[in-house]
Amino acid sequence: MRRRILPGFGLSLGYALAYLGLVVLLPLAALAWKASAIGPGQLLHLLAAPRTLAALKLSFGGALLAALADGAIGLLVGWVLVRYRFPGRRLLDALVDLPFALPTAVAGIALTALYAPNGWLGRWLEPHGLKIAYAPAGVLVAMVFVGFPFVVRTLQPVLESLESDVEEAATTLGATRAQTFLRVIAPVLLPTLLTGFALALARAVGEYGSVIFIAGNLPMKSEIAPLLIVQQLEEFDYTGAAALGTAMLLVSLLLLLAVTLLQRWSRRWAEVRA
Amino acid sequence: MTIELARLSRRFAGFAALDEVNLAIAPGEFVALLGPSGSGKTTLLRILAGLDYPDAGTVTQDGRDLLAVDARARKVGLVFQHYALFRHLTVTENVAFGLRVRPRRVRPSRAEIAARVDKLLRRVQLDGLGDRYPSQLSGGQRQRVALARALAVEPDLLLLDEPFGALDAQVRVALRRWLRHLHEELGLTTVFVTHDQEEALELADRVVVMNRGRIEQVGTPEAIYQQPATPFVCEFIGKANRLTLRRRNGALYAGPLRLDADPWPAPQEGAALAYVRPEHLALSATALEDGWPARLRHVYLSGSIAHLELEVEALGQVLEAEMGGEEAQRRGLHPGMTLTVQPRALTAFPLDPASGEPEAAARRTLRPHYGQATVARWR
Repeated sequence: MRRRILPGFGLSLGYALAYLGLVVLLPLAALAWKASAIGPGQLLHLLAAPRTLAALKLSFGGALLAALADGAIGLLVGWVLVRYRFPGRRLLDALVDLPFALPTAVAGIALTALYAPNGWLGRWLEPHGLKIAYAPAGVLVAMVFVGFPFVVRTLQPVLESLESDVEEAATTLGATRAQTFLRVIAPVLLPTLLTGFALALARAVGEYGSVIFIAGNLPMKSEIAPLLIVQQLEEFDYTGAAALGTAMLLVSLLLLLAVTLLQRWSRRWAEVRA
Repeated sequence: MTIELARLSRRFAGFAALDEVNLAIAPGEFVALLGPSGSGKTTLLRILAGLDYPDAGTVTQDGRDLLAVDARARKVGLVFQHYALFRHLTVTENVAFGLRVRPRRVRPSRAEIAARVDKLLRRVQLDGLGDRYPSQLSGGQRQRVALARALAVEPDLLLLDEPFGALDAQVRVALRRWLRHLHEELGLTTVFVTHDQEEALELADRVVVMNRGRIEQVGTPEAIYQQPATPFVCEFIGKANRLTLRRRNGALYAGPLRLDADPWPAPQEGAALAYVRPEHLALSATALEDGWPARLRHVYLSGSIAHLELEVEALGQVLEAEMGGEEAQRRGLHPGMTLTVQPRALTAFPLDPASGEPEAAARRTLRPHYGQATVARWR
């Protein structure tokens, strides 16, 4: 065996694996085992039901859109916080973490109060046909809210480490500001942006508390998959709930895998070593 | 394509990075901006590149106001100390960058770009490495990529900011020679910033010595070394022993030794500052009347040169002298022995009686004459 400089590799790897198994894999395995009790015919019936499909579509479609929005908003906020010095910058920086800390139910109630037809924002938006609370758009708003700190916090260190002389080099070579951003800055940010995107996506898929308050939870329209699971639990249909949970798990896994592959491609320049 | 800087000033919070700087750069010239850190040399370079702007003063190129031209349009090639390569692009893509970002009307065709990049990579001796990423290259190779990238846009002016600062000594010397050859081939007006005097003196046609935002001296490497214009240049370029001279009865004295007649007008009283280079101190093992008796404290051999540390009681200070390493061995120099030291050439500045500051404008070179019998014979 090769000699290692840092001691304790065996111990720490064993600990990490045991912990991962106990905390992550064991509950997931129990979920899959529980779901396996359901027969194939019944499973197909459950998953192909229009209401289930609509809920899954809203959960994953909404989460993807929300993560994309978070990517854009998070990049902008991170950029402003790192690049510019202005009064109140530290306060703004601290505010970014609020969606992390706030109980999600509180966030949901606050957003609902804002966007409800008689709320501060809703009262102006509703007459223009923009219905947000008690509609699919509300689901999106809640998902964007809870996911956006992930993008800001993953991007900030990379934004800080950007060297100004690379941008200056691009400028003296004749690149416009837009070209400098697209050709020099964006490619370096992309892998990290994808990490933030994946985190926001995972958070949005799993989000429950804030969404159910603002969504209105109309079946086939603004009902998310986790709510469906809770409803099945309330009807003591544990197998059905487990089956639906396993299905969500599989789709999430595939999505995150796709993001990881995309990420590897986006940082191919960093993989090679002389 | 003469570039003229006139009365250029740039202040950063509380200190003057540039203070009324005037300089003209002739076409095809290779100019070094030399100075300690904080002397304003990099600020000057950044103003030339269009990355910084002066608070006052003008920069013109053949009478055209260069400050009105955006950095993008200035046709300036800039090479950074830490390369500033695009790490997500291959060597080829890095070099092609400046051509690819051009508007479609003036952008060369793909084939043309490829051919030009190929030619440049051969010129900087990196052919065959075009597909590598910067992280796969050595420091010297990276700096050559940066140079090829800057040359690809066919600049009117090449600017280099401490181009060899991050490289190790051997690579630095090799790259220096190579850059000099490249300049002779291309004839491109080049300005480079350095704090390394050896680099400046070896490479440049003209050296601009800067200190605290001001230009101390502009001249050929020979002139800078042999006729330093100010006390700062005396101390900054090469090595120099600093002496205080007394002006009395129309003559200059260093300790008890009469060096020369006082070259300055009345009142011929007071003091003067003088610098003498180590190689201008002649030594003799025999006690001589003209000269300072000194005790040899140390002999350091660095390569082919022996550095001698001499304690001169008459001056109350230690002087540094130099001689060939072999010569020092032949003479059997050893610490503790007594020698006679004679300065052969000094650069002197009178001190203003009121302020006590040296007057750079009144600089004189002194070459003391000693009687034939009393000349130190080792040199």
